[in-house]
Amino acid sequence: MTNEEKNTGDLIQIKKAPIDKPEDVCPGKKLSLDAVRERIDFAVADDAARQTGPEYWRSLEELAGSEEFQQAMHREFPKGASEWADSVSRRGFLQVMGASLGLAGLTAATGCVRLPNEPIVPYVRQPENVIPGRPQYYATAITLGGYTSPVLVESHEGRPTKIEGNDLHPASLGGTDIFTQASLLTMYDPDRSQSVVSMGDQRSWKAFLEALRGPLSAQKALQGAGIRILTPTISSPTLADQMRTFLKNFPQAKWHVYEPINRDNVLEGAKLAFGQPVETRYDFSKADVIVSLDADFLSAGFPGNTKYIRDFAARRGNDLLGWSPYQEADRIRPLMNRLYVIESTPSATGAKADHRLPVKASDIDPILRFLASGLGVTGHGAMADMTGASGEFVAKTAGDLHIHRGASIVIAGEHQPPAVHALAELLNSQLGNVGKTVFYSDPVDANPVNQTESLTDLVADMRGGKVDLLIILGGNPAYDAPADLNFADALKNSKIPMRVHYGLYHNETAELCQWHVNATHDLEAWGDARAYDGTVSIIQPLIAPLYGGKSALEFVALLNGQADATGYDLVRAFWSKLITPPCAGDGCKTFEDVWRKSLHDGWIEGITFAPKSLQTKSGGFPPPPASDSNAIELNIRRDPTIWGGEFSNNGWLQELPKPMSKLTWDNAVQIGPKMAQRLNIASEDVVELELNGKKVRGPVWIQAGHPDNSVTITLGYGRTRAGRVGTAQGFNAYELRTSANPWIASGVKITKTGETYKLASTQGMQSMETPDGGYRPLVQERSLEEYKKEPNFAKEEEPPKDLTLYQPYPYDKEDYAWGMAIDLNKCVGCNNCMLACQAENNIAVVGKEQVVIGRHMHWIRVDAYYQGDRDNPRAFFQPVPCMQCENAPCEVVCPVGATVHSTEGLNDMTYNRCVGTRYCSNNCPYKVRRFNFLLFQDWDTPQYKMMRNPDVSVRSRGVMEKCTYCVQRINERRIDAEREDRKINDAQHPAELKTACQQSCPADAIVFGNINDPNSAVSKWKAQSRNYSLLGELNTRPRTTYLAEVRNPNPELGS
Amino acid sequence: MSQIFHRSTNTLSRATIFGAVFVLAALGWMAMEVQRSPYVTYAGVRKPQPVPFSHQHHVTGLGIDCRYCHTSVETSSFAGIPPTRTCMNCHSQIWTNAELLEPVRASYKSGKSLEWTRVNALPDFVYFNHSIHINKGVGCNTCHGPVDQMPLMYQQESLQMEWCLSCHRAPENNLRPRSEVFNMKYQQPTSVHPVVVDGSSYVDQAALGAALIQKYNVRSVKDITTCSTCHR
Repeated sequence: MTNEEKNTGDLIQIKKAPIDKPEDVCPGKKLSLDAVRERIDFAVADDAARQTGPEYWRSLEELAGSEEFQQAMHREFPKGASEWADSVSRRGFLQVMGASLGLAGLTAATGCVRLPNEPIVPYVRQPENVIPGRPQYYATAITLGGYTSPVLVESHEGRPTKIEGNDLHPASLGGTDIFTQASLLTMYDPDRSQSVVSMGDQRSWKAFLEALRGPLSAQKALQGAGIRILTPTISSPTLADQMRTFLKNFPQAKWHVYEPINRDNVLEGAKLAFGQPVETRYDFSKADVIVSLDADFLSAGFPGNTKYIRDFAARRGNDLLGWSPYQEADRIRPLMNRLYVIESTPSATGAKADHRLPVKASDIDPILRFLASGLGVTGHGAMADMTGASGEFVAKTAGDLHIHRGASIVIAGEHQPPAVHALAELLNSQLGNVGKTVFYSDPVDANPVNQTESLTDLVADMRGGKVDLLIILGGNPAYDAPADLNFADALKNSKIPMRVHYGLYHNETAELCQWHVNATHDLEAWGDARAYDGTVSIIQPLIAPLYGGKSALEFVALLNGQADATGYDLVRAFWSKLITPPCAGDGCKTFEDVWRKSLHDGWIEGITFAPKSLQTKSGGFPPPPASDSNAIELNIRRDPTIWGGEFSNNGWLQELPKPMSKLTWDNAVQIGPKMAQRLNIASEDVVELELNGKKVRGPVWIQAGHPDNSVTITLGYGRTRAGRVGTAQGFNAYELRTSANPWIASGVKITKTGETYKLASTQGMQSMETPDGGYRPLVQERSLEEYKKEPNFAKEEEPPKDLTLYQPYPYDKEDYAWGMAIDLNKCVGCNNCMLACQAENNIAVVGKEQVVIGRHMHWIRVDAYYQGDRDNPRAFFQPVPCMQCENAPCEVVCPVGATVHSTEGLNDMTYNRCVGTRYCSNNCPYKVRRFNFLLFQDWDTPQYKMMRNPDVSVRSRGVMEKCTYCVQRINERRIDAEREDRKINDAQHPAELKTACQQSCPADAIVFGNINDPNSAVSKWKAQSRNYSLLGELNTRPRTTYLAEVRNPNPELGS
Repeated sequence: MSQIFHRSTNTLSRATIFGAVFVLAALGWMAMEVQRSPYVTYAGVRKPQPVPFSHQHHVTGLGIDCRYCHTSVETSSFAGIPPTRTCMNCHSQIWTNAELLEPVRASYKSGKSLEWTRVNALPDFVYFNHSIHINKGVGCNTCHGPVDQMPLMYQQESLQMEWCLSCHRAPENNLRPRSEVFNMKYQQPTSVHPVVVDGSSYVDQAALGAALIQKYNVRSVKDITTCSTCHR
């Protein structure tokens, strides 16, 4: 046989050899539930079993100790990540490419290296205050569901590139949530609607004006009897004023409101309790005991969540043995609060709970009544006679609430029925919390109607032929209306002469309307909106509308006959009527002064809702609906990352792991392990859910801690016209949602279909391995009592500093030594840091197929660990950025010196040197390095070029990347400081340098700074007894350290 | 059977193998030369510009300071290219009909920017900051060359990493007092022309450089040669 033949033979053999399919070896695959159960039974039976099974686990596979998990843990990337998964094998690919690379090599010395000529385009007239190369910051606000988040937006020569919280605003204090962060990507979305469209043709705004003129003047005679306007929740005072003007001009016209993620139950509950709709606000900084009834108040999208997280976390961080800053004469209050969570779906709030009780959603009502009776609030219908563990749980909770009267909060989730909200308000009032931790004010919603009823009325009118002109001012009811209303059908078939859709996307609803008008994004237009606390922010544009478009204000102004009014004029005119400029000793201010200050600060001082003092009714609440305890309950929830579908086309949010399941790109049918075992269903099995004759199919995700006999699905998926990112991802849960039971329905049937569906969960990916099977958990945690006895529990015996083969470097002699500390006790797992990092550092979105094989690119990940009983585990979050080890294992293995240490202790990554051997990530015990297996960055779409941070390199294929501690920010601040001959973060410039993850962390859980300065915040955090290093026994000397978690369980209840 | 190859082939093949070393070395040397040549670096190349702007005329002839046009050089990473308006400050008064200036007037009238060709271009993975170099006493012409004698602008240096490092590894060779940064006629100190800083007179660059490193708190060579100084 000649050599040639032999080679060919080999090749054929290799081609024939089965390539391990990624599905077979990735964590997150099917697991044997029996294995899980055996493991747990074994663990319970014999403590020695803890030697083999981990105490803290990230996925059920890990708990089961599956071989696949072990294998995955030993690897840098899941097996298959480096395979060329297409039909061309990796080797075949290399052969084909070899020749062309050879040719390319010849030209490389000249053609590739020679820079092309680059144009340089100055202004014609440079605007005042613009310094090319330096970003500017503007205060504005981003609104979701009517509630606005005050923000500061970074702008590079007129291109917004990063959203930060407004640290001056009381509702933000510098924090943001994931939706606010990601709205930047929505603004630049190339799939946004780019013109006025009529019957599939691009038209002009003028043509739309012409088309609208006839119907409007015809309606004038009828006083607008045929006009219906459907809006989402509006909190903008100017827009509400415009709407009221319109209703004055057309008295018979009707204003309907519908938002799929609405707060109907909250408002109805307030009506039950007070006889009027009110907004309830909480002050978590003063709450010692918090009882959450299915309220996920620490999650993104909950009104006021950034402030609530900040206040909640402030009572769980720093000096835990200290005292609350809010003391009363007759009571000494310790710093640490205590959180009881009774919930129907595992949530981040439940993970932070000191005591968590998983129950079916419909059981919360009777449990609350039982709790109320324990507090002497009786007479609210039949009491469930509760015994056993949950009975004790509720009794002790009641006892704790009683002890902390006036310093507690009872908070109910928006999907719980009105009676639960009314009872929670009554309890707060009985406990004396009102005016101390609980406040009432007018609703932020400018038109607080029952939105489901409002939409039902509209559909009845549409079908009844009463509507001649329907204007859908934002939203997507054809997709997200309750299924029983069949809104799409009513829109299509009820012969409404003129249907207009206004919105950011040409979506499912726009398709069924004759006219579609493209909207502007919050970052593109003038406007205003209220934050959860009633303060008004002026929304100012950061950029001229990318695709033209009109703001909602301008649209309604058109209906009011002001077709040429600009948003700026409308907002300014409205507020000039309302604001009386204040007068001080040295004279009066003008409206211009107030206006400029409001724009600068981000909100209008003095405009807010006064707290109301209300009488709480003590009875008349409807009894809990009779429930069949054997029936399987269906929980329909908003999606933790894509809301109700508004963010379907947002790649950042699609790829952001959901807080508990770590699923990306899909929704799933979440069930508990017990139920999965009973029904013999495994994760990724496709099941059919049937409710009242309606059926949907979706893959199962077994979620530890999910209550039995209950199923949770999330909204927002299964879109048909979302755009190139969101269309056809997941299944549409709206199909099971009815106007009578929008959140909780009983009697759903589950049938296995026999099919399976691959889910992309990052749970279990990048699992870290403790050396030598050493038993030192990565999450360090104790109860408060144990912590008092042993404050140094998290400290470990680190190997002596000089016991190393690494070249020592005197970092302590440098001006700066950068370090980070992350307080696990404060972190609520909201994932905001991941998105802040993604926006700051130009991190690519890779898509579901790539996430499945472990190629996602997030530089900071938030690991969720579980501990204990799989049916009610305790959960912990651990954000993991690069540890910036002083003895960095990645550096010594790099053959080209692409990753080396800086004198300030940064583990620098030099992209232009990297040749992609991946040795570094192979050698990283923390698994924080990310590799560009393919060309993940979009190098072509012009919108994305505008969005990128110009201070960070955009990485190409074949390059390793990782967290840099935001070295671009360090360099900028250092240069600024050196120009002024001073040090960064000196007394005059405290906290001028923050990393992206730190800056917008709502919990303030991350601190970064100079560890050579003993007075810096990071040094003070690291000096705390709770400080520990991750895998410190490896002697990597990580610069990122963690403050251990301390829980505060009720001693009477055990933990 | 006779020998196929003549005996001399042995010598020839030895010579060829030995010679190949030189041939390969020569090829390598050529590649390096090409890489460093103006063909690749553009050093000394006058690139096409919409208006043949003469720095020589404006700086030497008229005595305009660098910062009149490059306004952000002291505060920003980017020195700034003047907006059309800056040109029109004078050219709305003088040379108002010059044909060469027609693109400038057209830009001012239409509001459409002039599109210059960048002369001193760095790759996108290099982050250079003008303001800090100015602040530490690196003169304009240290990197940009005798701009005041350039009728048409060109790039003086290679702008390659080895060139950057030659100064970052020995900043004392190029520092001058901050007051002299924009002085295009500045000469390094000699015994004939000493440079006076804070009352002390320096007659050689080594002494002056060392003093300025102290005075301006220039970071150590180790600090300014770490990768993340320029790459991020």
